[in-house]
Amino acid sequence: MLNYVLSRLLTFVPTFIGVTLISFAFIRVLPGDPIVVMAGERGMTAERYAELEAQFGFDRPIYVQFWDYLTGVLQGDLGNSFVTKRPVWDEFFALFPATLELSLCAMVFAILIGLPAGVIAAVNRGKFFDRALMSTALVGYSMPIFWWALLLIIVFSGNLQWTPVSGRIDLLYYFPNPTGFMLYDSLVSGQSGAFASAVRHLILPTIVLGTIPLAVIARQTRSAMLEVLGEDYIRTARAKGLASKRINGIHALRNALIPVITVIGLSVGTLLAGAILTETIFSWPGIGKWMVDSIFRRDYPVVQGGLLLIAVAVMIVNLTVDMLYGVINPKIRKR
Amino acid sequence: MSLLRIRNLSVSFATASGAFKAVDGVDQDVNAGEILSIVGESGSGKSVSMLALMGLLPWTATVTADEMTFDGVDLLNISKSARRKIVGNDLAMIFQEPMSALNPCFTVGWQIKEALRIHLGLDRKARHRRAVELFEQVGIPDPERRLSAFPHQMSGGMNQRVMIAMAISCQPKLLIADEPTTALDVTIQAQILDLLADLRNETGMGLVLITHDMGVVAETAERVSVQYAGQKIEEQPVDDLFNSPHHPYTAALLDALPERATDKLLPTIPGVVPGQFDRPRGCLFSPRCKYANDHCRAVPPIPAGPELGFVRCHYPLNTDERNVS
Ligand SMILES: Nc1ncnc2c1ncn2[C@@H]1O[C@H](COP(=O)(O)OP(=O)(O)OP(=O)(O)O)[C@@H](O)[C@H]1O
Ligand code: SF4
Ligand SMILES: [Mg+2]
Repeated sequence: MLNYVLSRLLTFVPTFIGVTLISFAFIRVLPGDPIVVMAGERGMTAERYAELEAQFGFDRPIYVQFWDYLTGVLQGDLGNSFVTKRPVWDEFFALFPATLELSLCAMVFAILIGLPAGVIAAVNRGKFFDRALMSTALVGYSMPIFWWALLLIIVFSGNLQWTPVSGRIDLLYYFPNPTGFMLYDSLVSGQSGAFASAVRHLILPTIVLGTIPLAVIARQTRSAMLEVLGEDYIRTARAKGLASKRINGIHALRNALIPVITVIGLSVGTLLAGAILTETIFSWPGIGKWMVDSIFRRDYPVVQGGLLLIAVAVMIVNLTVDMLYGVINPKIRKR
Repeated sequence: MSLLRIRNLSVSFATASGAFKAVDGVDQDVNAGEILSIVGESGSGKSVSMLALMGLLPWTATVTADEMTFDGVDLLNISKSARRKIVGNDLAMIFQEPMSALNPCFTVGWQIKEALRIHLGLDRKARHRRAVELFEQVGIPDPERRLSAFPHQMSGGMNQRVMIAMAISCQPKLLIADEPTTALDVTIQAQILDLLADLRNETGMGLVLITHDMGVVAETAERVSVQYAGQKIEEQPVDDLFNSPHHPYTAALLDALPERATDKLLPTIPGVVPGQFDRPRGCLFSPRCKYANDHCRAVPPIPAGPELGFVRCHYPLNTDERNVS
């Protein structure tokens, strides 16, 4: 197992360098000059411009700039934001818990509903529930996030006034935020109503962000279950006189989980992409919103460092999924 | 009273191209402690008839019978949950492909202990003790270690032993073995057959052995039922069947045995078992039968009495001593 993890980590090295290069190039390909953006409406003198250019190192050849950046990254230095002057690293970790919390909730939501729905659909193949669920999943999969979010906001926040439209918690609650995870922090703050408020703020973003993974998981679970239910060992399980619930929920599901875990792992990347949009819509103070703001400000260090850290986060998730895969599929573990 | 009694069992499948009768009016009896062999070519409905008994057919199958009783219990009018108390407990079955018949995600120990817990309600320790005992009984070496192995870590022969251990774990009164050795090496085949026969002798359970191998029949069975295209066409004690087959199909099967072949080439019966679309109007064997005449092709024969082995033929062979071929 340790060997397996180490060999997987080794394959990350080229990916890591590639992502560093791409994130470095991405922001520079966009039209717009960060110094001009910084100067804003007032503009600036040619001398001041040259001074700043030298300060940021933009006057040097591009490959030198990249080399500086790469050596910095390898020493754990992602540079400072042009705008706030704070280290990118610090900003990232101040905001990442918010994104993580939202993504985790979205994933849990997607799994808790998608998995049982897929199982029930497969077991009742071709019947009403199956058809209804699969058409719903198709709609959920193809619905634009933006439109779906607006619809939910209009109905639940606008008409029904059940949920707030933005932020992570009502402004009247104020407490230190040691972990950055609002659900946890609000709970340990001891302020009555804080936790409930945090939950209510999470509901809509969770649903919006979790809808596509939910649809994907439900469909994958259904098709994996259908395949597994035709296997010989399911007939053996029935020949043992087991109840259908046990056969579907243990003997079949355990095998069906193998492909489902894979799509869950794959949808983490999509989830982070969706988080950027969702956070912007709901003014959720996470890295998605941070990245979007930084792109508009041409804040080079934040954009390239942020992209890199997001990529690392995705790689870590994929590694975790791979290991989980080994736990669930004995054929891989014992190889 | 027989342990298993089936009368006029029919199974038809709803297929895209209409209903298909895979089993057609089969009668079957198995006495306690007896080895009955069901033989026939591929597609003759051997598996389907036994799966119908176990209640393991997919929903596309329609099962009808005049009678289906096991150990005094009427299996036709029984609730699903009541049937589950019998199946896997008093009535067990093993299958052709041991490698795919075991769940790849669980250890073989887990799978055998599951049966012990569900039917016998043994506690953890007792389950473990019994599992080790069963593995020893079916000849799995080093049972303690094997219990924590996954199916893909063992050979086909070992997996079939696990299947057998699992099937006999609740001391069934009847074990149905559906071509248990077809997927195995020749040497392993003999071992598994010996094991099944030994287990029958030790435990006194009845054994239904489905096979298309007449050699297996000769060595293991006591009574033989021959099936063709979904029908039982003859049934006799094994020696009588080999000495004086009444049905031309049985005779042809026996002639096809290697040790009986006079030629160098192995004779086979020309033609194939009729399928969904080419079912003859009269005798189902008539397109391949060398004795067939117009009467055979027009009128389906009905089973004869026990003295003629319930043969389904208008012109049974070996009806008196002078005619023995
Ligand atoms: N689920 C099913 N749906 C439709 N037809 C089926 C189904 N299962 C079996 N059949 C058909 O029923 C007939 C009898 O099949 P069965 O499996 O009982 O044959 P068999 O005598 O066991 O042959 P084999 O020696 O190949 O195992 C075959 O023609 C088969 O195609
Ligand atoms: S009834 Fe006629 S065709 Fe059928 S087996 Fe007998 S002799 Fe052959
Ligand atoms: Mg078969």
